[in-house]
Amino acid sequence: MTISISRDTGLSAEQAEARERIYAMPLETLNPANPDHYPSGDIHFVFERLRHEDPVHFTPTEHTEHGHYWSLTKWEDIQAADTNHEAFSAEGLITIAKYRTPEQVAAAFNDGTMTQEQMEAVAAKGTRSLLSMDPPDHEIHRGAVSEGVSPANLAAMDPLIRERAGAILDALPIGEEFDWVDKVSIELTAMTLATLFDYPQEDRRKLTYWSNILSSTPGTGQAVETEEERAVAVREFFVALSGMVNQRRSEEPRLDFLSLMAHSPHSKDFTDSELMGDGTVLLVGGNDTTRNTITGSVYALDRNPEENAKLRANPKLIPSMVSETIRWQTPLTHMARRTTRDVEMKGKVIPKGDRVGMWYVSGNRDEDKIENAAAYIIDRKNPRQHLSFGFGIHRCLGNKLAELQLKIIWEEMLARFPEINVIGEPERSHSRFIKGYETMTVVIPRRN
Amino acid sequence: MEVTFVLQDGTSQTVEAEDGWKLMEVAVDNAVPGIDGDCGGEAACATCHVFVAPEWRAVTGERTAPEQDMLASTFGVREDSRLACQIRTSSALDGLVVEVVGS
Repeated sequence: MTISISRDTGLSAEQAEARERIYAMPLETLNPANPDHYPSGDIHFVFERLRHEDPVHFTPTEHTEHGHYWSLTKWEDIQAADTNHEAFSAEGLITIAKYRTPEQVAAAFNDGTMTQEQMEAVAAKGTRSLLSMDPPDHEIHRGAVSEGVSPANLAAMDPLIRERAGAILDALPIGEEFDWVDKVSIELTAMTLATLFDYPQEDRRKLTYWSNILSSTPGTGQAVETEEERAVAVREFFVALSGMVNQRRSEEPRLDFLSLMAHSPHSKDFTDSELMGDGTVLLVGGNDTTRNTITGSVYALDRNPEENAKLRANPKLIPSMVSETIRWQTPLTHMARRTTRDVEMKGKVIPKGDRVGMWYVSGNRDEDKIENAAAYIIDRKNPRQHLSFGFGIHRCLGNKLAELQLKIIWEEMLARFPEINVIGEPERSHSRFIKGYETMTVVIPRRN
Repeated sequence: MEVTFVLQDGTSQTVEAEDGWKLMEVAVDNAVPGIDGDCGGEAACATCHVFVAPEWRAVTGERTAPEQDMLASTFGVREDSRLACQIRTSSALDGLVVEVVGS
């Protein structure tokens, strides 16, 4: 296949056409939470236009399936909102998402005997978790588990991750096509997750399965196709989670997340919904994010041969490359908040009680903050300055563990493989939230 | 003036600093390990977490409001925890010793 790329814009004909189409749309119809924008990468044109023409953007209900919401697209506004938890509350929501019925929200806790009133009571509180709580509850829930990823605990995990990364890479086929997502990215992150939850390693893919369902909306090509399947799976996760936490209560305290939750002095006060919320955030937070960044790093380096050459000539660039990939990939597109009062931004007033998407994926491409932001440059000046981990009190708890896994897998890859070739285009996730890859075919021609 | 960072491995790094900078910037400019300054000095990421000995508290000042919020959700915080981005360098800090916590 020949793709003609414009010398002026660096865009293929198809991309240029998509960009033109998006620029021709009436502004108020732009709906960044539309998952259809993501598999193609068109979303970058939506945000490019919004950053220039309407940086604090309102999508009315008639143009979105998610209900009306605001979008922050500039770095400075995203950082301002993320660090102002008083005006931008995280209570009960994490993303710009479709309305869910009380039955759907309560599915995890419903043993079949819940009444409509009970389900409505659960739904009214929203999904609360360490990521979707304001102070002071936030500090209690985050504080309960943060030791699981403390510097000391990460230092202890380092050799374990390295040994596993080496074993995964040594088992890869040479000279034949395989799916990098399944064989490497999912495998390594699932092993790490199983360690963080002290979950049986042989059942680790169960964690991946639950995470995929919890972070997606049922539909064709998704982890589950129907709400009924989703209800069964989330119920299964909750029963397993609460069972494990209860079991940890009768055991000596350890440093896995479930034991930390079980032995927290506050854990008696955690509701079922909060336990489910915390478990979900810890599971999803450690799964899709690192997985998709691992895949993204292989893809980006394949598509940017000069950067790949720089890395192979100077492996000291690995940490910088890792940070640049985390920016460039932005594995979670956004987080959402709700205003607690009228808030003025860029001359617009966001009314009290509205939902606001902080689009990290857009802020990470903001030319006013990052020079040549669309380009993937592994030795750029301040690679650590990106929004992918968020800022403020909800900043990613596992960010150092994510970086550690990326750094280790790349050290082990460079030691083994002189090249890794991506075949065709990867299949990207159809999601407004998880910016990632379902599959990516690669060939490793030979070992070092 | 000179400022000393006690690193996580127990060794020390003493660096020259000029007046009017954020202590985080001094550390990043001198590649002090364990101080990242990811948010650019807005007390929004806690990647410049340090312990400041009590005798230096008078000249380094009190925690700022955003710093207080950030430290409330940071691992390993003690009474002498500060974010280096919220400490301004001045000649009064000559000889300052802080311990790098890492994040």
